[in-house]
Amino acid sequence: MIDQLVHLLGYEFAQKALVAGFLVAVVAGLVSRFVVARNMSFAVHALAEVGFTGSAGFILIGLSPVLGLLSGSMLTALLIGALGVRIRERDSVVGVIMAFGLGLGVLFITLYPRYASEAFAILLTGSITAVSRGDLLLLAVVAAVTILGLGAMYRPLTFATVDPVVAEARGVPVRLVSILFLLILAAAVAEAVQVVGVLMILTLLITPGATAERLTVQPGLATVVSVAVALVATVGGILLALVITVPVSFFVTTIAFGCYLAARFAWPLLATSRAPQMDA
Amino acid sequence: MSEDGLTSGVDRVGDAAASAIAPAPTTGAAPGATISTGPRLRRRGAAAPTAPEEPAMCFDRATLAYGDRVVWSELSLTVRPGEFLAVLGPNGSGKTSLLRALLGLAPLAGGQLDVLGHPPRRGDPAIGYVPQHAGFDRDVPLRGRDLVGLGVDGHRWGFGRLSRDGRRRVEAALEAVAAGPYADAPIGRLSGGEQQRLRIAQALVGEPALLLCDEPLASLDMRYQQEITELIGDWARQKRGTVVFVTHDVNPVLGYADRVVFVVNGRWAAGSTDEVLTTETMSGLYDAPVEVLRVRGRIVVVGEGSGAGFDIDEPHHFPEPAGTHP
Repeated sequence: MIDQLVHLLGYEFAQKALVAGFLVAVVAGLVSRFVVARNMSFAVHALAEVGFTGSAGFILIGLSPVLGLLSGSMLTALLIGALGVRIRERDSVVGVIMAFGLGLGVLFITLYPRYASEAFAILLTGSITAVSRGDLLLLAVVAAVTILGLGAMYRPLTFATVDPVVAEARGVPVRLVSILFLLILAAAVAEAVQVVGVLMILTLLITPGATAERLTVQPGLATVVSVAVALVATVGGILLALVITVPVSFFVTTIAFGCYLAARFAWPLLATSRAPQMDA
Repeated sequence: MSEDGLTSGVDRVGDAAASAIAPAPTTGAAPGATISTGPRLRRRGAAAPTAPEEPAMCFDRATLAYGDRVVWSELSLTVRPGEFLAVLGPNGSGKTSLLRALLGLAPLAGGQLDVLGHPPRRGDPAIGYVPQHAGFDRDVPLRGRDLVGLGVDGHRWGFGRLSRDGRRRVEAALEAVAAGPYADAPIGRLSGGEQQRLRIAQALVGEPALLLCDEPLASLDMRYQQEITELIGDWARQKRGTVVFVTHDVNPVLGYADRVVFVVNGRWAAGSTDEVLTTETMSGLYDAPVEVLRVRGRIVVVGEGSGAGFDIDEPHHFPEPAGTHP
């Protein structure tokens, strides 16, 4: 099995898949921390599903589905940002936009019934082993922009997330930060959809952050752990899928779920048996 | 309270306030409480300090409104550096809005406001802010140390660890509020009083000249209320810092407040507690019979009848029934 893996890793498609998986995992792990802290699971879902619609629309007019995905989720992020400022109304705004977006998606699918159904299926379940060189380049550019953007706003975003009232009083432009984060999230969602598909998007954008929260109370360390979990799940999933012919997304979701369970149930036992003291 | 009731109330109250101030109590040498309701009562010179130094803040006939709704109007108040000002009034009377105006988050509809010698600006590093205790989620990955650290550089773009100097200041701030023993514990697991101590450390870590506190005692029990007030009062005395302390209950700050301003229904009165918290002044403010009692060192305001503009049944409203605290 190891031999087989080594053999397969010699192929370009496998190498590209691993590079793509690595990029996606780093972005997803970073973003996931804030998705969990800001309670944005529902928004992630909407961004992915309307991204699907964008993709379907772009396929229909003969453009790149990846670009369509990115456009769809970005547009959704802007709409949510424009309409749902207050926390209380955010969920309903997300629901309203998502419902309409999916309606459009259904229209696009019906309008283009030929070979498109396969492309749609790939979008729903992920297709990391099929990334082209062009896709990879786009993936890398989007990852770079996302990471730089997140780096630039990491501190005020953290402040606005854990302590919005004081953050505003200290001059953090809370609203702007929130909209910028939505855009970064949209980019991250568009990236992650290519690994795990629309249906399993939460496995990369929720599970790593949720796992990290269980393991440490240090914000910085939690971010590192979140990225690590996303990497283990993605890269591990891709490697396993190379040797066992089961879709990548199954392995990614399973590994991520395993990490979460371990953090939730095994870690507390381990931690209490060592020392009750928190690390400094 | 409806918008219409408010605006019409302001005009109507001019007389009521004037009559309330007529039998003005002259306790001590200080000038009597200033009640202002509109342009016809221009007594803004009354509260002005005689000290030559620049005031910590100066409201000059300031009016704050959200759309048509006037929160308070023609507020004239000068606060000297080192003064401890308690802001009192029922919920919805614009106490928090007053802080937001000072923070540059709520622009005035009229009049002028200077804070530390200039118009209010967002994110002024010379202003510290302590919010109401809201409680952190149990599982939020954040330690007290991190919360205080956000007070140092959380508003700055970028990422990275605190500087060495920043860490030293965090350490000093933690020590100042005696939060060292629990600074590394998850903040969501701490008691309300411990969380508020950390809040104060967070506000003081920037070494502000002015500390704005928005109901910092709300939902804390009696012991913590005393501790938190003491921390803030002691800071003010030692550092000669100015404090604006919003609270619905004046009693915890009685020993610290140099002056109080009571805001209700768009009207306000400022002066010492003895000047403002009197039956006459309060009845004038509420435009209804209100009795102020002093019971065992505590001040209790009791409304008679209805329509006084405050609801005595709600425990968080000012005034509180005497039985609220043991």
